[in-house]
Amino acid sequence: MRSLLPEAVLVAALLATPFVFIHLGASYDLMERVLDWGILGIGFDLLFGWTGLLSFGQAAFFGTGGFVSAYLLVYHVIGSVWLALAIGTVAAGMFGLLVGWLAVRRIGIYFAMITLAFGQMAFFMENSPLSAYTGGENGIPGVPVPTIGFGASAISIRPGLPMYFLLAAMFVACFILARRITQSPFGLVLRAIKENTARAAMLGHAVPRYKLATFVIAALFAGLAGGLLGVLQSFMPPDAFSLDTSGQLVVQTVIGGVGTLIGPTIGAALWLWLRDNLQLIPQVGALWKLVLGLVFVVLVIVLRRGICGEIREIWRRRQHAAAPPPAPMLAPLEMPLAAPLVRARRDAPALETRDLAKHYGGLRAVDGMSFAIRSGSIHAVIGPNGAGKSTLFKMLLDEVHPTEGEVLLHGNRITGLGATRAAQLGIGKSNQLNHLFLDLTVRENLRIAALARRRGPFRLDVLRRADSITDVERQIDGVLATMDLGDRANVPSHILAYGEKRRLEIGMALATGPHVLLLDEPLAGMSPAERASTRGLIRNIGRDRTLVIVEHDMDAVFELAERITVLYEGTLLAEGTPDDIQRNQAVQDAYLGGLREHEPA
Amino acid sequence: MPSLPLLLSQAFNGLALGSLLALVSSGLTIVLGTLGVLNFAHGAMFMLGTYAMLVVLQATGSWLLAAAVGTLFMLAVGVLVERLVVRLFYRRPPDDQILVTFGIGIVLVESVRAVFGSETQHIATPSWGAGVTRLGFLIYPTYRLELIGIVAVTLLVLYLVLYRTSVGLVVRAGIEDARMVGILGINVRRTFLLVFAIGVAAAGFAGMLYGPLVSITPDLGDSFLVQAFVVIVIGGLGSFPGAVVGGLIAGEIISITSAFNSAYSEVMLYAVMALLLVARPQGLFGTEGRV
Repeated sequence: MRSLLPEAVLVAALLATPFVFIHLGASYDLMERVLDWGILGIGFDLLFGWTGLLSFGQAAFFGTGGFVSAYLLVYHVIGSVWLALAIGTVAAGMFGLLVGWLAVRRIGIYFAMITLAFGQMAFFMENSPLSAYTGGENGIPGVPVPTIGFGASAISIRPGLPMYFLLAAMFVACFILARRITQSPFGLVLRAIKENTARAAMLGHAVPRYKLATFVIAALFAGLAGGLLGVLQSFMPPDAFSLDTSGQLVVQTVIGGVGTLIGPTIGAALWLWLRDNLQLIPQVGALWKLVLGLVFVVLVIVLRRGICGEIREIWRRRQHAAAPPPAPMLAPLEMPLAAPLVRARRDAPALETRDLAKHYGGLRAVDGMSFAIRSGSIHAVIGPNGAGKSTLFKMLLDEVHPTEGEVLLHGNRITGLGATRAAQLGIGKSNQLNHLFLDLTVRENLRIAALARRRGPFRLDVLRRADSITDVERQIDGVLATMDLGDRANVPSHILAYGEKRRLEIGMALATGPHVLLLDEPLAGMSPAERASTRGLIRNIGRDRTLVIVEHDMDAVFELAERITVLYEGTLLAEGTPDDIQRNQAVQDAYLGGLREHEPA
Repeated sequence: MPSLPLLLSQAFNGLALGSLLALVSSGLTIVLGTLGVLNFAHGAMFMLGTYAMLVVLQATGSWLLAAAVGTLFMLAVGVLVERLVVRLFYRRPPDDQILVTFGIGIVLVESVRAVFGSETQHIATPSWGAGVTRLGFLIYPTYRLELIGIVAVTLLVLYLVLYRTSVGLVVRAGIEDARMVGILGINVRRTFLLVFAIGVAAAGFAGMLYGPLVSITPDLGDSFLVQAFVVIVIGGLGSFPGAVVGGLIAGEIISITSAFNSAYSEVMLYAVMALLLVARPQGLFGTEGRV
């Protein structure tokens, strides 16, 4: 089922390249350097294109891999070039682990600044304190070429065509590995993080660990590329560590196409070819980088996708025009496969709050709230605007940490664990405002959710396919059927109608297989017809799990809920069956004007 | 252990470098705080200031004129870049803003290279800053002392504009919540333009002062850009006092370390940043949860 077309095209192109481009004036050296930058770029694309982490410090790992490999070889610590490359790669990965550990705590602007700063730190380390080993500004000359075989029969991989094929083989291996990563459950989580980090975390994926893992993977690719740079040039240049290297990588990737894996290589070909050729022309020699800079700025402003991205987009549009009807679904599994809950205490309520409070400065948004939600019931929380419903809801899955008190899930304290752990323990939540992965299909959205508890908070399953886990796919089909989204399964979620998006929002929470499902205004913004059908749907969902609903539609609340909790100004005003609540004088007063006896009319 | 006079002289060097860093970083930080844009072209602006100074000085020989024309030129560059490019990016994700300003930086550096070449250029120390000054405990180059003074005055002016004028009030409110300021009926876009131009001019002015101290090349601004980032991380994102204090701290770290072992001077700066990231991620003057 796996499409191997990109791999096949790549191998064919790399086989043909030396015989075609050598006649067009490109040297083997140029082609080798392009592929080397390409390997560096594949790692960077996984980091930036897939996970959305813009690093300006890749030179640190490129240089580390290069200098460790070169040092080991030139100073005869190790005889085998292959082993030296491997050690250099691992060293870069370990440095990546250290820098990543500090950098992934921060996002966006901070991440870019910190990676840039650590890149510079590595540059200065190479240049001064470590210059006894690295040669400082002179680099390490005399890096040997690798050999195949042993002893007298060993064949050296000479510069020229043999070296080109070494680089090409390495590149293909890296590309295949990277593509496997992008198609794995791990890779799908990376896309989820890029699209909507908060939602990925809320579904139960341990986002920081995924980011760190990807950072290390990118560093490993960079380390290998650095090692190969020394080998192919028989010289390890100090500018591998320079800020310009990191910057060049970013520019090449954006020009070639972010999120395409092959884009950085195309960008590198353009950059290096322009530099090699334009530099020879007397009048424009100095201008080549200016031209590239201008192209880069224009690309960022208007054409976001880069060369390969635009090609892929055209290809996709054509495919979409001739799209086959959605594949028949597997027999839907009896809903839900909820993972067993650890140490669920018998007879404990599904969810319980004890003296829960959240104060924002002097504002007591929620103040000392204790109530219990019976297992298997549908429980509604209502109250006028500003009563504290949303804050309460966020505390129930530890999205917001309470000032005081605690939340218990089946008798186990979850306060302080964070939303990701809470999700793993079995609390799902659909949000008042949709939090979808807009560029992914409906099925992929649900897959991200369904994988969360099935795989646990973090798993490095980079080699299996994301859609190869049968019970997850059945779970998705079940949710698609329940939420009536079956015929929209393969469209990107951003083209869904509003009502469909709402259903997908609820479906994602459902797909995690939660014990307790929190629905924050599930009917908000729906048309009357949609409301009616969604109500039925909620009742279905509520048959075999605990549901907590915040909703302003009182008809729906009184129809669905078995018990109702009424909040008023951060405190619990009343609790009981719908009948109790309807008759409660305090509740009526609260809703009909929010006046208390001591307040002036 | 280095001798006391060496330590003292390095401490003063740290003050000179630190005050320049403070000026560069405060330009970067008010743009970041107000517009939410991290200007990766800030180092190029610094460099552009140096070259502007160089050109006017060579043409006229007047320092006063060079500083005035150079500052006006930098304001104009700021206005132009904001109107032509940065303005289009206020609603785009931070990564795009970083990429586009990074690209602008490349274009500026390469444009200067195309005009002036990569050869190093020099600006002679001005006559009013020539020689050394005896401080009693230390003999120190006069120009560097004056530089510290000029930067201090510039920072004071910047502070007064930001904290004592109604324009500054709008800017500071914009740092807190630009949308809200817009809702109140204040032309936020015009404030943005002004802030961006001031930020660019601050970097350019620092570049002008730096000119007589170094060999001038088009890549001059790179190291200042990265050091300004470190300053902002240390001081706290978008914080003006943070940029000033952070700048001085960074300058002293580099200079004092260099008195012990010059090989580690820059490395130490990043090591301190790394430590601070672990101990106090929001920076010295930053508030938790911002940006």
